[in-house]
Amino acid sequence: MATYILRRILLTIPVLFGILLLVFFLSRVLPGSQCYALLGEHATQAQCAAFDHAQGLDRPIPVQFADYLGKVATGDLGTSIRTSTPVTTLLIQRLPMTIELAFYALFFATIGGVILGIISAYRRNSAVDVVTVAGANIGVSIPIFVLGLLLAYVFAVMLKGTPFALPPSGRLTPGVDIVPLAVRWGLTDLQGPPRAFLDFISNIYTLNALLSAQWAIFADAFRHMILPAIVLGTIPLAIITRITRSSLLDVLGLDYIRTAHAKGLTDRNVVRKHGLPNAILPVVTIIGLQLGSLLGGAVLTETIFNLAGVGRAVSEGIAARDYSVVQGFVLVIAIGYLLLNLIVDISYAFLDPRVRLT
Amino acid sequence: MTSSTVRANEALGEPIAAPVAARRSGGLWRDTLRNILRQRNAVVGLILLGFLFLTAIFADVIAPFPPDQVLIGVEQGVKKSSPPCIHLLGCPAEQPQHIFGTDSNVRDEFSRVVYGSRVSLFVGFATVGVAILIGTLIGLVAGYVGGWTDNVLMRLMDILLVFPALLLAIAIVTALGASLINAQLAIAIVAIPIYARVMRASVLSVRESDYLTASRALGESSVGLLFRRILPNATTPLIVAGTLGIAGAVLDVAALSFLGLGAQPPLAEWGSMIALESGRLFTAPHLIFFPGIALVLTVFGFNLLGDGIRDALDPRLNR
Repeated sequence: MATYILRRILLTIPVLFGILLLVFFLSRVLPGSQCYALLGEHATQAQCAAFDHAQGLDRPIPVQFADYLGKVATGDLGTSIRTSTPVTTLLIQRLPMTIELAFYALFFATIGGVILGIISAYRRNSAVDVVTVAGANIGVSIPIFVLGLLLAYVFAVMLKGTPFALPPSGRLTPGVDIVPLAVRWGLTDLQGPPRAFLDFISNIYTLNALLSAQWAIFADAFRHMILPAIVLGTIPLAIITRITRSSLLDVLGLDYIRTAHAKGLTDRNVVRKHGLPNAILPVVTIIGLQLGSLLGGAVLTETIFNLAGVGRAVSEGIAARDYSVVQGFVLVIAIGYLLLNLIVDISYAFLDPRVRLT
Repeated sequence: MTSSTVRANEALGEPIAAPVAARRSGGLWRDTLRNILRQRNAVVGLILLGFLFLTAIFADVIAPFPPDQVLIGVEQGVKKSSPPCIHLLGCPAEQPQHIFGTDSNVRDEFSRVVYGSRVSLFVGFATVGVAILIGTLIGLVAGYVGGWTDNVLMRLMDILLVFPALLLAIAIVTALGASLINAQLAIAIVAIPIYARVMRASVLSVRESDYLTASRALGESSVGLLFRRILPNATTPLIVAGTLGIAGAVLDVAALSFLGLGAQPPLAEWGSMIALESGRLFTAPHLIFFPGIALVLTVFGFNLLGDGIRDALDPRLNR
C-alpha cells in the first residue's frame, strides 16, 4: 500500500512540472504583450525594452522559468494589473465561495446520479429508466450558461411570489449580513495562519452560519446556492447517472447475482449487498473526474449568478484584460485538480485491493 | 477437404456458415450503416443533424433578413427586443412579423439563429478536424515507435489532460488573443490527447499482429504500414470519439464566446448572441431561449449520433 501511494505521488511530479512549464509558456507567448497591457497600446519600442528589462523579461528563458518556479513556490502568482492586489490574496478571498459551490454541486450530482442510476438499472426498460436515460442524454447537451439563464428566468421571474421562487443572484439577500467567525467568537486578537484559516472558513457562508448557529442566515445562504449548484451539477449528474446505471447493469448480469437470487434474497438485498459494492468503483472514479468540469463550469455559473468566486474572478479578468489573474488562477486550479486526482487514485486503492498490486 | 468440412457440419446439424454469411452481408460499410440505422439514438441524432445541415445550407433562403441587418428604417414599426410576433397566431397585422422577435440591436432574431447554424457546424467540424489530425499523428507515432518517444509524447498528453478543458482553453485564448479562430484552436489543442490516446490504443492492439508482419515481409514501408495497414483499424473508434467531440467542441466554443473570448459581434454565433442579451434576461427572455435551444439541439444531435454509432459498432450489443 505504502509503495503504491509513494509511486503514485512520484508520478505526479513530472506532470506538475509540465503544468508549470505550460502556464509559464502561455504567459510569455506574445512578446511585449505584458508591456502593452500595462503601458497602453501606444507604448514605444524603447519604453517596452526598458519595461522588459525592469521586469526581467529580457533574460534567457530558462533563467526566467527558474525565477518563476521560485516565485510560485513562495506563493507569489503575480499582481492583478487592474486592482494591484497580489493574485494570491485575491485567490484566498475568492476560493471559499467556489469550494462551497463545487461542494453543493457535486453533492447534488453524486446523490442524485447514484440514486437515479440505481433505480434506472433496477427497473431496466421501465418508463422510469427510459425517461432517466433520455434525461441524462439531454443533461450532457445543455450548455451551462443556457441552463443557468433559463432556470434563473423560471425561478426568479415566472415563479416570483410563489414558495418556489429562488434568488438568481448573489450569496445573501441584500440587508442580510454575515459576521466573520473571528468576530462572532471574540477572537479578533488571533493572528497569523489560525486567523487566516478562520477567515477562510468564515467565507464559506453556509458553513459559517452552521458553526455559529445562525439558522436564518444559513437558510438564506443555502437558498442562494440551490440554483447555481443545480446548474453546475447537471452535467456531472447526467454522467454519474449513466455510469452508475451501466456499471450496475454489468454487475447484475453476473452469475453470482443469480446465485444470490437463488439463495432466496430479496431483490432489494441483492442490489444493496451484492450488486452495489461491486458496481460503485467506476462511479468513484468518474466522480473524481467531474471535479475538472466543475471547476471549468464554475467560471460560467459564477458569472451568471453573480457569485464572487474564483470563476467570476477569471471572467472579470478576461473582461478587463487582466490576464495575470486568469493565468494565476488556471495554474492553481490545475494543481488543485492534480492533487484531487491523486487523492481519488489513492482512495481507489483503499476501495479495490487489486489496484494496489499493479 | 472443404467438402468434407461442409459434410461434417451438416452431420452435426449446424448451418453451413460461408454461403449464408455471404448472402446476408452487404459489405462493411452497408452493414455498418444498417447497424447504425437500427439504433434509435442514432436515427434521432441523424434527423436533428439533417435538419441542422439543411438549415445551414439554405440559410439564405430560410432567413428573411441578412443576419446583421439593422431593421430601423427598413421596416415600418419595428422595435428593439420585441417578443416573437407571428401573424398566424394572432399577432396584430400592423406589427411586423418576426417569428423569434428582434434583438436589442433591432435585428431579426430568427435570421440570426438560422445563420448561426453555419457558424456552429463550421466550428464543430473544423475544431475536431484539427484535433483529430494532430492527435492521430501523435498517437500513431507514439504507438508505432514506442519506447522513449512514446513515453515523452504520452506524458505531454497527460499534462494537457490534467487541466480542466475549459480553463486550459481560456488560458490559451488569453495568451493568443480573443477571436473565434483562436477559440477553436484552443479547444482543438485541449482535445488532442483524446484522439492521441484512441489512436495509440489501436496501434498497440495491432502492432504485433501477424498481418503486419506479413505486410512488412512483403516489403511495405513504415509509412505504408502506418497509413495503409494500421490507420484503417482505428477509423471506428475515431469516428465515435470525433462525433462526440464535435458536440463538446460546439459547447466549449459557445462557452468561450459567451465569455467574450470567441466569436466577436456582430457575427451571428449562438454563444455570443446569448452573452450579448444575458443582461436583458428578465425583459427579453426569448433572446436567450431561441439561440439556447438551437445550441442544445445541435449538441444533443451530435451526442445521440455518437452514442448510436458506438452502440452499433459494439459487437457485444449486436446480439
